[in-house]
Amino acid sequence: MDFHLTKEQLLVRKMYRDFAENEVKPLAAEIDEEERFPMETIEKMAKLGMMGIYFPKEYGGAGGDVLSYAICVEELAKVCGTTAVIVSAHTSLCAAPIFENGTEEQKKKYLPDLCSGRKIGAFGLTEPGAGTDAQGQQTTAVLDESGENYILNGSKCFITNGNVADTFVIIAVTGKTLDKRGRPMKEISAFIVEKTDPGFSQGKHEKKMGIRGSSTCDLIFEDCVIPKDRMLGKQGQGFKIAMKTLDGGRIGIASQALGLGEGAVEEAIKYTKERVQFGKRISQFQNTQFQLADMHTRMQAAQFLVYSAAMKKQNHEPYSMDAAMAKLFAAEAASDVTRRAVQLFGGYGYTREYPVERMMRDAKITEIYEGTSEVQRMVIAANLGVK
Amino acid sequence: MKIIVTVKQVPDTSGKVAVNPDGTLDRASMQTIINPNDMNAVEAALSLKDELGCKVIAFTMGPPPAEGMLRELMAMGVDEGVLITAREFGGSDTYATSQILAAGIDTYGVEPDDIVLAGRQAIDGDTAQVGPQIAEKLHLPQITYAGEITKNGNEITVKRILEDGYMTIKVKTPCMITCIKELNQPRYMSVGGIFECYQKPLVTMTYETLKDHPLIDKTTIGLAGSPTNILTSFTPPQKGAGMMLEGAGKETTDKLAGILAAKHII
Repeated sequence: MDFHLTKEQLLVRKMYRDFAENEVKPLAAEIDEEERFPMETIEKMAKLGMMGIYFPKEYGGAGGDVLSYAICVEELAKVCGTTAVIVSAHTSLCAAPIFENGTEEQKKKYLPDLCSGRKIGAFGLTEPGAGTDAQGQQTTAVLDESGENYILNGSKCFITNGNVADTFVIIAVTGKTLDKRGRPMKEISAFIVEKTDPGFSQGKHEKKMGIRGSSTCDLIFEDCVIPKDRMLGKQGQGFKIAMKTLDGGRIGIASQALGLGEGAVEEAIKYTKERVQFGKRISQFQNTQFQLADMHTRMQAAQFLVYSAAMKKQNHEPYSMDAAMAKLFAAEAASDVTRRAVQLFGGYGYTREYPVERMMRDAKITEIYEGTSEVQRMVIAANLGVK
Repeated sequence: MKIIVTVKQVPDTSGKVAVNPDGTLDRASMQTIINPNDMNAVEAALSLKDELGCKVIAFTMGPPPAEGMLRELMAMGVDEGVLITAREFGGSDTYATSQILAAGIDTYGVEPDDIVLAGRQAIDGDTAQVGPQIAEKLHLPQITYAGEITKNGNEITVKRILEDGYMTIKVKTPCMITCIKELNQPRYMSVGGIFECYQKPLVTMTYETLKDHPLIDKTTIGLAGSPTNILTSFTPPQKGAGMMLEGAGKETTDKLAGILAAKHII
């Protein structure tokens, strides 16, 4: 595989890096401390095309590619895990399933607003009783008597961008069907829900360990009425759409993990070259050198996996296992590397004076959301034919 | 109407500044950036483009890799780049550089409603000479140190920022304006702009293109045509951060007197 970035990819990296350094980094500690959604940053990113990087210009996108999107999330996460996940969830979990499964009318109606950042997107699959077991959906969508509208009832939880989004891709049960072996199972479909739809409401903001500036909340559907043309894909395709969406989402989260780990390595290199103990810079101790060598090696390996998955998606090759491997490895590497960074900083690393404790808190979620590390192992094993 | 902006690739002086034994800058060993004041000129041009819909062309003289800088400017919104590059132009000082840039701009064509913009000065030489020299050679009226530019028809109003105040000057197009950092905050490249920039037109002007222009002959270009001799190059010493005291009353003057007395100045 050729990992040489194109001229355009090198330029977008430069732009993202400048933007992250000047606009995102100065706010990172503040939005974490105040648990404040950085709307001002989203507006700035929207103007630069960062809310619709790899969608075609005809739908209002920037006309870029999937790797340029992954690099965006990576560069943002180097300085702020929160800002990175906002872009990731918006792009991978809302704009992407509409682009990949929507009718021409749906794409023309929703994508220009999402790509331009005028509207923020979110995705609702997880429910209190349906996390890793995504088949356990309870939210229902029933066609009303007129046959023109679906009525949604139920709730979703832990929805990233939930409180700030205008457009949601929602997974719901539309009936019963039989699996390949003739056993009864739920028929699951996908829908586009708008914030203003009657019967739709957003729950309270979840207080989280990390990515504290990002919005996470419940979505509640109480006889929520939506026109029937909001169904995304065909009836009964919802589970497939959800799984495919998560495949793409994993590239985003893997990129977030990658950036968090790389950011921690950069901070640790800078700090250990300044901090003096026993009359020496602590970077002169072999323990520090070995730690940093291991940390960088892990993140470099993660980068190869993430970029490989992004390139496969871009080239329309199968990438489900690649995305799972990238997310599994990058998330575990990020957790390990950020924890080691805190250790290298010593007591200062444990304080909020320095960014590494925030990076460590932010990194943990990458092992959990959009499929836990255990789910990634299940996906990888299934792709290997191990049953 | 069009806007021509002259830009320069300069060594990134925020890192290590390397100097050759002959006193000139060791450009090869230093990272390059787009000269900061030139970015203000580009932003001024793009703001006028946003308002008036005119075309913006970036001109530079430099080695072939300077194309990368022009592409970055195109990713910000510049419509076209002109790269003036030739071995014969190497070693040019400000006099020879302005001679070549003026010839290039003149060859491209300056119409009655055009504006030529430049940064006030480049951070490598700090001379602030090239912009005004281009204006002289193209016989354009010039306004330096622009901190504000507004256009109304073919009349341009410029607020010139000086150390002890400002001047407001009106000028008719075509004209040359040099820009300072107070003028604006340069925009970022956009993702869409980046994915389009390599499709935008880039014109290369060589010695062959310009050799018949009246401003170009062997005695006015390159090292031979450069009257400047560099004795030495050095990084200017850092100035200490200034202190601002605000207020018009006696309290403030007393505070100032106290500070000066504490430093044994008065």
